[in-house]
Amino acid sequence: MSRVSRERRPTGTSVSASTRRRVGLVVLAVVPLAFLVLFFAWPVLAIIARGFGEGGVSDMLARAQTWQLVGFTLGQAAAATALAVLAGLPLAYVTARLAVPGRGLLRVLVTVPFVLPTVVVGLAFRALFGDGSLAAIVLANAFFNVAVVVRTVGGLWSHLDRRAEDAARALGASRWRAFTSVTLPALRPALGSAAAVVFLFCATSFGVVLVIGGARYRTLETEIYLRTVNLLDLPGAAALSLLQLAAVVAALAVGAAARRRREGALALRSSAETTRPPTGGDWVVLAAAGAVLVGLLVPLVAVVLRSLTTSSGFGLDGYRALTGGGEGGVLRISVVEAALNSVRAAADATVLAMVLGGLAAVVLARTRRAGATQLLDTLMMLPLGVSAVTVGFGYLVTLSALPSGLRDSPVLVPFVQALVITPLVIRIVLPVLRSVDDRLRQAAATLGAGPVRVWLAVDLPMSARSLVTAAGFGFVIALGEFGATSFLVRPETMTLPVAISRLISRPGELNAVAAYAACTMLLVVTALVVAVVERIRVRSDTVGEF
Amino acid sequence: MSGVTSPAGAFSTRADRFRQRGLAVGLVTAVGLTAGCSVVGGGSDDGSDDSRSVVLVTHDSFSYDEEVVAAFERESGIDLDIRQSGDAGELTNSLVLSRDNPIGDVAFGVDSTFAGRALAEGVFEDYRSPRAERGADDYRVADSDALTAIDVGDVCLNIDREWFAESDVPAPTGLDDLLDPAYRDLLVVQDPATSSPGLAFLLATIAHAGEDGWRDYWTGLRDNGVRVTGGWTEAYTQDFSGSSGNGPRPIVVSYASSPAAEIGADGTPRTEALLDTCYQQVEYAGVLAGTDRPEDARAVVDFLLSEPFQAQLAEYMYVYPVRADVELPEAWREAAPLPEESVTLPADEVEGNRDEWVSEWRDLVLG
Repeated sequence: MSRVSRERRPTGTSVSASTRRRVGLVVLAVVPLAFLVLFFAWPVLAIIARGFGEGGVSDMLARAQTWQLVGFTLGQAAAATALAVLAGLPLAYVTARLAVPGRGLLRVLVTVPFVLPTVVVGLAFRALFGDGSLAAIVLANAFFNVAVVVRTVGGLWSHLDRRAEDAARALGASRWRAFTSVTLPALRPALGSAAAVVFLFCATSFGVVLVIGGARYRTLETEIYLRTVNLLDLPGAAALSLLQLAAVVAALAVGAAARRRREGALALRSSAETTRPPTGGDWVVLAAAGAVLVGLLVPLVAVVLRSLTTSSGFGLDGYRALTGGGEGGVLRISVVEAALNSVRAAADATVLAMVLGGLAAVVLARTRRAGATQLLDTLMMLPLGVSAVTVGFGYLVTLSALPSGLRDSPVLVPFVQALVITPLVIRIVLPVLRSVDDRLRQAAATLGAGPVRVWLAVDLPMSARSLVTAAGFGFVIALGEFGATSFLVRPETMTLPVAISRLISRPGELNAVAAYAACTMLLVVTALVVAVVERIRVRSDTVGEF
Repeated sequence: MSGVTSPAGAFSTRADRFRQRGLAVGLVTAVGLTAGCSVVGGGSDDGSDDSRSVVLVTHDSFSYDEEVVAAFERESGIDLDIRQSGDAGELTNSLVLSRDNPIGDVAFGVDSTFAGRALAEGVFEDYRSPRAERGADDYRVADSDALTAIDVGDVCLNIDREWFAESDVPAPTGLDDLLDPAYRDLLVVQDPATSSPGLAFLLATIAHAGEDGWRDYWTGLRDNGVRVTGGWTEAYTQDFSGSSGNGPRPIVVSYASSPAAEIGADGTPRTEALLDTCYQQVEYAGVLAGTDRPEDARAVVDFLLSEPFQAQLAEYMYVYPVRADVELPEAWREAAPLPEESVTLPADEVEGNRDEWVSEWRDLVLG
C-alpha cells in the first residue's frame, strides 16, 4: 500500500503537523472519491438530469401511487430486515459464544445463500409459497441477508467481554434481563450497521420482487427498471430514483447514528475467552439457530435436487451440459468458462475494492471532523442503495466521454462490482482501525517512526486479518453480483450468474437443468472460498463486521 | 493471543513481528496472484483502428452458428464484434439513449413492438439491402428503409399435449375457447408491462377482439381464473405443466417455436403451439445513424439476409427466416410449423397506444 507514502513530507519544513496530516488525508481520500464520482455519481446524476430535462418529474412526485410505492418498498424492506436480524441473532450467538463443533461449517453454510442468483431464489420461494405472496418476498429477502447479520453481529459478539454479563447474572438478573440490559446495548453498533446494510439490500432487491411479486407487487427498484427499460419514461424513473436516494440516505443516517455511540469504545476480548460449552437456556438458542439453518438450507437443497432431476428421473445431464453453452447455443461460451470469467472479474473487483475501501477506511478512521467523516462514509455506501439499471443506463450516456472506448471495455465489469463491495470492505475494516488505540501510533511516532512506518507497524498488522475477511466476503459478493454486471458483460466475458439467468429464460429441459447445475457450481465455488477465508480467520482473531 | 485485546502485542515479540510481516507479505502476494488471473491482463480487443471491426449491438437471445459468422468474417475482412444488451425493449432504449454517440455500427433485434419508437427517435439511417426483395420487403415498417426485417417469430398459446390427452377437456383451439368454464384455472400469461411475450399476447387479443372488445375479453379471462406472472421464466418453467417444471397449468403464453425445444424421448414434442392464437413479431436490423463505418455496417445487414445466415436462424434462435427460399430443418418444420394466419398490429398503432393499453390492462386484470 504505497499510497501512504504520499503522506510523507520533507522533514524539517515549517508546515505544522496537523496541516500535513490534513493534506495527507485529503490526498488519500481523492482516489476512492474520484472513482466514485467517475463510475457512480456522474452516470447516475446524468441519467437523472436527462429525466429532468424532459420535464414531468414533479407530476410523478405528486401522484399518490408514487408514494404508495415508496411505502411498500420501505415496508417490505423493514419487515425483511427485522426478520433477517431476528433469524440471524441465534446463529450469531451460536457462532460467537458457544463452543460447539462445526461452527466453521455453520459460518460457511450461512454465507452461501448470498451468492445465489435472485431469479433462482425467487423461483424457489415462489414454488414454496405460491405466486404473488408478500410473505414469500419478505422471506426471500431475509434469506439472502441472514449472512450479513450473522457475520456483522457475530463478529463483535465473539469479542465482547463476558464478565459484565456474568456480573449481572451474579447480581440476580435473569438470562433475558442480562441479555437485554448488558449484551444488547453493547451489540448496538454491529446491529445498526448490519440492519442498515440489510435494509439497503432489501430496499433495492430486484429479481426476488419481480419473480415472486409477479404482476401484483412492485417496488421502487422494479418500477425504475420498468420505466427505464420498457417505457423509456426517464422523468418517471428520475423521480423514483430521487426518492430511492432519499430513502437510502435516511437509512444510512439511522445506521450511522446507531454505530457512532459505541464504535471504538468497547473493551474487546479474544474470542477464545468468550466461548463456552452450551448450558441451560443455550440449548433453546441452539434449537432456534438449528431451525433457521434448516430454513436457509431448504432452498439450497431444492436447487441441488432440481439440478439432478430430469424427465427420466435422476440424472447428471445438467452437469454434463456445463462444458457446453446450453441447448441451441444460448451462451457463446461454456458454463465452465463463465465460471472462470466470474472468478477473474471477482478477483479484479476484490483487489480494486480493497485498495479503494482500504484507503477510505484509513481516511475515515483518522479524520477528526465528524461532519466530514459522516459525509464520506455515506457517499461511499450509496452504490449499495441505487438501482443497477440507473447506473447501467447512466453509463450509456456518460462513458462515451471517456477516452479509448472505456464504455465497451471488459474492465467495466470488475469496476461496477468493486462499487458494490467497496462499502462492505469499509464496514469490515473501519471498526478495527477505529479500535486501534491512537496512543500506540503516538508512541511509534515518538520513537521516530515516520507516518508510513507507523502505519506498517501499527495499523496494518492489527487490521490485516480483517482485510482478509473483507477480501473473502467481497470476493463472494462480486461472484454473485448480477444487476450491474448484466448491463456490461459481453458474450465472451459473461459471468456465471448472468449465464444462469440466460439459461433459465429459455425453453428446453436441458437449459433448465444446466441452469440449476450451474447454480450448484456457484454454491460450491462460494463455499470453497468462504471455507478458505474461515481457515485463515480461525487461528486469528479479528473484530470485523462480517 | 489477540492483536485486538492487547494492542501492545504489535510491538511485543520478535516472533509476532515475523508473523505479522508474513501476513502482510501474504496479503501482497495474494493481491499479485489474483491480479494475475485478471480480466485486465486478458487483453481486450480495442484495436478497432487497424482491423475492420464492426460492432453489432443485439439482444440477449441472439445466438448463431459460429461457422457461418466466421466464414463471413473471412470473406469480407470484417471483424464482427457482438454486444448484447437485454431484451428487445432494453436494446431499443439503449440505442435511443446513446443516439448522439452510438454504441455500435449496426443493430439487430429491435422487434415490431418497439420498431415505432426506434423510427420516431431516428436511431437508424436508411439502407435498403439488395437482398431485401427476397422476403424482407414484406415486413417493412411504415414504408421506411431504416429497418430491414431479418426474421419472424410468433407468440402463441402453448399447450401440454399429455395433460389434455389424459383429461376429459378437449385441447383448446382458439382464443375464445379460453372463456369457457371448462378451461377455468388452466391458463397462465405474463404481465404485458414486464414481459415481451406478455405484451405480444395482449396485442394478439386486441387484434382478435378489436379495439372495443378486448376489455370484455380480458374481463372474461380474469373471471375464468387466468394467472398472471411477471415474466416468461416463471410462467413457462414453473407454472406450465408441459415444461421440465411440471407446474399445474397446461396452457401458457410462449413462442410458436417453443415445442421444438421440448422434444421427448420418443422424438415428438410434449407441447404444441396453438396456431390460431399467434401474434407475429418481426425482428429488424439497421445501420445505426452516426456510425463512422456505414459501408461495413451495410455489409453486415446484407450478411444477415444472406442464405447461410437465414438458414441457421431456425436452429439457433427458434425463429423463421424472412427469406422464403431457404431450407428449414425437417424436425423444425414438424415441431414448429409456421402459423398460416397470425395477427399483427401496425407499428405506429402499437407505438401510439401501447402505454395506454398496458395501463388499462393492469387496472382491469390486476385491479
